[in-house]
Amino acid sequence: MNRTPILFLNVLVIAACGLMYELLAGTVASYVLGDSVTQFSLIIGLYLSALGVGAWLSRFLDRDLAARFVDVELAVALLGGLSAPMLFLGFARLEWFRLFLFLVVFAIGVLVGLELPILMRILKEHLDFKELVSRVLSFDYIGSLFAAVLFPMFLMPRLGLVRTSIVFGLLNAAVGLYGTWLLRPLLRGVMMLRIRAAFVIVVLLIALLRADVLTTLAEDELYADDIVYSSSSPYQRILVTNNAAGFQLFLNGNLQFSSADEYRYHEALVHPAMSAAKSMGRVLILGGGDGLALREVLKYGGVQQVTLVDLDPKMTALSANFAPLRTLNHNAFADRRVRVVNEDAMIWIERVRESFDVVIVDFPDPSSFSLGKLYSTRFYRLVRARLVPDGAISVQCTSPLYARQSYWCIIRTLEAAGFSVRPYQTTVPSFGVWGFALASPRAVDAPSVVQVPTRFLDDATLAAMFVFPRDMGPVPVEINRLDNQILVRYYEDEWRKWS
Amino acid sequence: MELTRRDVLATFLGAPFAALACRERPAVALPPGELVGASHEVGHRLRGGAPPQPSRWETHDVVIAGGGVAGLASAWRLSHAGVRDVVLFELEPALGGTSRSSASFPWGAHYLVAPSPENRALQRLLAEMGVLEPGATTTIAEEHLCRDPQERLFYRGRWYEGLYLHSGASHEDLRQLRAFEAEIARWAAWRDARGRRAFEIPIAYASDDAEVTALDRMSMRTWMDARGFTSARLRWLVEYSTRDDYGLLLDDTSAWAALFYFASRDERPVVTWPEGNGRPVAHLARSAQARTGWLVTSLTPVADGVDVVALRGDEAVGVHAKRVIFAGPQFVAARVIPSRPASSAFTYGSWMVANLALRDRPQSHGFPLAWDNVLYDSPSLGYVVSTHQQGIDRGPTVLTYYYALCGSDVRRERERLLGADRDAWAEVALADLSRAHPDLRSLTDRIDVMRWGHAMIRPSPGFVWSEARRRAAEPHHGIHFANTDLSGVALFEEALHHGVRAAEEVLGPRGGASWL
Repeated sequence: MNRTPILFLNVLVIAACGLMYELLAGTVASYVLGDSVTQFSLIIGLYLSALGVGAWLSRFLDRDLAARFVDVELAVALLGGLSAPMLFLGFARLEWFRLFLFLVVFAIGVLVGLELPILMRILKEHLDFKELVSRVLSFDYIGSLFAAVLFPMFLMPRLGLVRTSIVFGLLNAAVGLYGTWLLRPLLRGVMMLRIRAAFVIVVLLIALLRADVLTTLAEDELYADDIVYSSSSPYQRILVTNNAAGFQLFLNGNLQFSSADEYRYHEALVHPAMSAAKSMGRVLILGGGDGLALREVLKYGGVQQVTLVDLDPKMTALSANFAPLRTLNHNAFADRRVRVVNEDAMIWIERVRESFDVVIVDFPDPSSFSLGKLYSTRFYRLVRARLVPDGAISVQCTSPLYARQSYWCIIRTLEAAGFSVRPYQTTVPSFGVWGFALASPRAVDAPSVVQVPTRFLDDATLAAMFVFPRDMGPVPVEINRLDNQILVRYYEDEWRKWS
Repeated sequence: MELTRRDVLATFLGAPFAALACRERPAVALPPGELVGASHEVGHRLRGGAPPQPSRWETHDVVIAGGGVAGLASAWRLSHAGVRDVVLFELEPALGGTSRSSASFPWGAHYLVAPSPENRALQRLLAEMGVLEPGATTTIAEEHLCRDPQERLFYRGRWYEGLYLHSGASHEDLRQLRAFEAEIARWAAWRDARGRRAFEIPIAYASDDAEVTALDRMSMRTWMDARGFTSARLRWLVEYSTRDDYGLLLDDTSAWAALFYFASRDERPVVTWPEGNGRPVAHLARSAQARTGWLVTSLTPVADGVDVVALRGDEAVGVHAKRVIFAGPQFVAARVIPSRPASSAFTYGSWMVANLALRDRPQSHGFPLAWDNVLYDSPSLGYVVSTHQQGIDRGPTVLTYYYALCGSDVRRERERLLGADRDAWAEVALADLSRAHPDLRSLTDRIDVMRWGHAMIRPSPGFVWSEARRRAAEPHHGIHFANTDLSGVALFEEALHHGVRAAEEVLGPRGGASWL
C-alpha cells in the first residue's frame, strides 16, 4: 500500500496527542491539588500502566481492525479533547475529584494504548516486522518530543489548557476521519464512520468556540500558586496557596488574605476600635475565623475575654491547628481568654444576652443574600444592643474605590441602626484600597494613639486613614435592610465592572 | 378508585407531564408522612340524621362557634372588654382555621399585608404582639417584614427573580406590563367623594361608589380583554395572583377582586413568620377558652338567648348562651341554623397543602432560594420556605407546597381533592417540584398533606358586592356572624375585622370605643 508513509505521519500525531493529554492532566492536577511532583508522578505512572492495559486489550480485537482504529481515534478525540475542561469543572463540582481525575487519565491511557497495536497489525500486511517496529516506534517517540516541547513553550502560554486540550482532540478526530480514506479498502460502513467523525469534530468545534466560557468556569477554581491545603466544608471551599511572598487563604475562590500584607488589613481593622472604646475587657469578633484579628486583639493586656463567632468549624479548626496559619495568628486560639462559637452570627446574636466593650465585624464581602443579612440595619441593631454605651465597633466594608456605593451603603446602614460612624480606609496591596467603619452608640472621634506594638500602624498613619480622598467620597445610597438586601445588588453591580 | 402514578400526575399536573414522568425510572418509595386534613368525616355528620340529644346543659354569656381567625378575634375583643364567660367550640384539634400552622411552618395562610393607618384592629393586634418597631406606632419591625429575596420564578430550567417573567419579554409585553401597572396605580390613588379608597383592607372601609362596584360585575378576563392586555406573561402574572389569593382562574374571578389584590396593597410590605399566620393565631388564642374537637350541630334562638348543641364523638353538650357568635363559613351556617334562610351565593374552593421536610437545601440554577418559589408551567402555586424568615440559610428546612384546585365546578374539584390520598398528593408535589430541583426526592424525609375541602370563599363575578353577602352579616335572633367569607375574599385581615365587629355587636355600649 503506497499510502503507508502518510500512515506513519498519523503515528506522529497520535503520539503527540497521547503525550499531550498526559501533560494536561498532570498540569491540571498540580494546579488544583498542588504538590506538582506527586501529581505528575502519579499521573505518568497511571497513564503508562493504562497504555499497557490498552495494548493487552488489543488482542481481543480481531475483526474490522480498520474500523476499530477509527472508532478508537474518535473516542480519544472526544475524551482527551474535553479532558481539561472536564477536569476543571469536575474539580469545581465533585467531592471525589481525585477518583474522577484518575478515571479520566486511565480511560485515555487505555484508548491510546490500543492505537498503536491496532495500527501495527493493519500495517503488518504491508511491511516486514523489522521495518514496522522501527518506523512506528521512531515516529511515536518523535511525536512525543514535539508535544513535550510545544506544550510549555507555545501551547500553554498561547492557547491555555482548555484550548490546547480541545485542539489536540480535533487533531485526533482528524486522524480518525482521514483514516476513513486511507484505510478505505479495509473498511465497511464508511458512511457511518464518517458521520461519527463529523459529529465528534462538531462537538469539539463548539467546545472550542465556547472555550472562553469553559475557561472562565474553570479558572474560578484556578490558582496561580501551589495549593498547600484544600478542603470543602458544608459552608465553603477552603484553600491555602503558597508562593514566594508567603501564603494566601481563599474561601470559595475569594482571597481572604495574603500573609505578605494581611497585617495592614488586620491592624487597620482592630486598633481604631480598641483605641476608641472606653473599656476593652470583653471583645467580640464576628467572622474572622482565620484568627488574625484575634491576634491583634490579644495584644492588649486589658482584654479579659474574647468571643469569636465564625460559621465554619472547619475554618476555626484549620486556623488553630494548621501550622502556617497557627504561626501567623501567633497560636491565638490556644489563648485561655478565647472562646470560639461556630454558628451563624445573625442567629447567635439574636439569642445572646451578654454585653461587649468592643465588637470587630470581619465578614466576607456581601456577595450573597446569606452574607448581605450580616450588613443589615437589623443585624447592626442587634450588635448595638450587645454593646456597652461607651463601646466601639469596627466593620470591614469592602473597597470604597471599587465598590463605592456598597461602601457608603454599609456606612449609612450603620448610621440608620443608631451608630455614630467614622469611615476610614487604607491600602492593602493584595486587595487594593480597602474601607472600614469605626462606630459607636455615642459620638465618636477618630482615635489618635495606637497603644500596642504594630508593623504598619503608627499614630500618624492612624490619623491619615480617616482622611477620605475625593474619588471615594460619599454617594447617595439606600439603607440595607433584611427586606430589601440592596447591598448585595450594589455589590454585584460594582464588582462586575472590575472582574 | 385506585389511581396509578400516571393517573395522578395526568390529573394534577397535566397529560404531557404524566407522559414524561412515565419514561423515568420506576418511582422510588415515597417519603413517609400522613394526612393531617380538615375533619371532613366529622363535619359531614351535619348532613346526616338527628344528632344525639345533650345529656347536660351549661349556661354561658357568649358562645363562639368556630376557632378560626374570626372566632379567635371575637374572643380577643370580648376579653379586652372584660367579658369572661365565653366558650369557643372548634371542630378541629387545633385552632386557627385556614391560618393553622405547626410550630415552625404553615398549613395555610402565611402572611399579612402591613396594615394601613385606618386598619386599627390589626394595628392593635400587631402592637400587642410586639411586632412593631420599638417606640413606633405603625412601623413594622424589620425582622417581621418578609425578607429579601421575596419571590422567584422557575422557567425552562432556570430561576429568575420576581414573579413577572422579564427574561425574554418583548417590547409589547413590557408595554402592557407598564400599562397594567399604571392602571393599578390609578386605582390605588382613586378616592370617592367621601375620601375612601377604591380598594381597601378591610373591604368594609372601601368605597361602594358605582364606578368601583361595576368592576365586580365582570370577570377579570373580560376586563383584561377590553383593555388589550393580551400578553401571555402578564395574563400569567394576573392569573397566578387570582389562583394564589382566591383559587380562581381569570374567567371565574370578579375583576373587582383581582384589582383589589393588586391595588389594596399600595406597595405596603408583607409581614410574615416562619409558621405563617400561626403566629397571630397563637396570640389571639391566648384570649380564648377554647374547646377543640367539638362540632356545633345546632343553634336555636329561644326567648332569652340561643340554645347551642355541640358534639364530640358520641358526647353531646347543650349550652344556653345569651348571645352566640357564629364564626364559621356560611355553608355550615345553613346546616347549623335551620331557622335562618340559606344563601347559595357562597361557594368555596378546594386546596391541597403539603409540607415537605428536607434534609438539606435542594439544588437550583439561577436566582437563589427565595421566600416564595413559583413554577411558571405548573398548576401549583409553588412553595414557601419556612426557614427563610429565620435567616437560616443552610441545612434542613420545610417547604410548604400549595395547590389550589381552580376548576369552575367546585363540587367536582372537591371530589378530585378528596379522591387523591396522601401518597397521590405527595407524588404530585414531588413530581412537580423535581422539575426545578432534580435532587428533591433524595432530600425529602417526610411529606404531610392537608386537604382543605372548603378552603376559601370564591369572589366570582357579582358576589363581592351582592346583596346576599351584605345580608349574611346581619344578626339573626341573638346570633351574630363573623367569618372572612362575609367579605367575599379569604384574608386574615377580613376575618379579624369581622371577628371584632361581631364581638362589638354583642358588646354594644359595654365595649366602649370601637376598635374598627
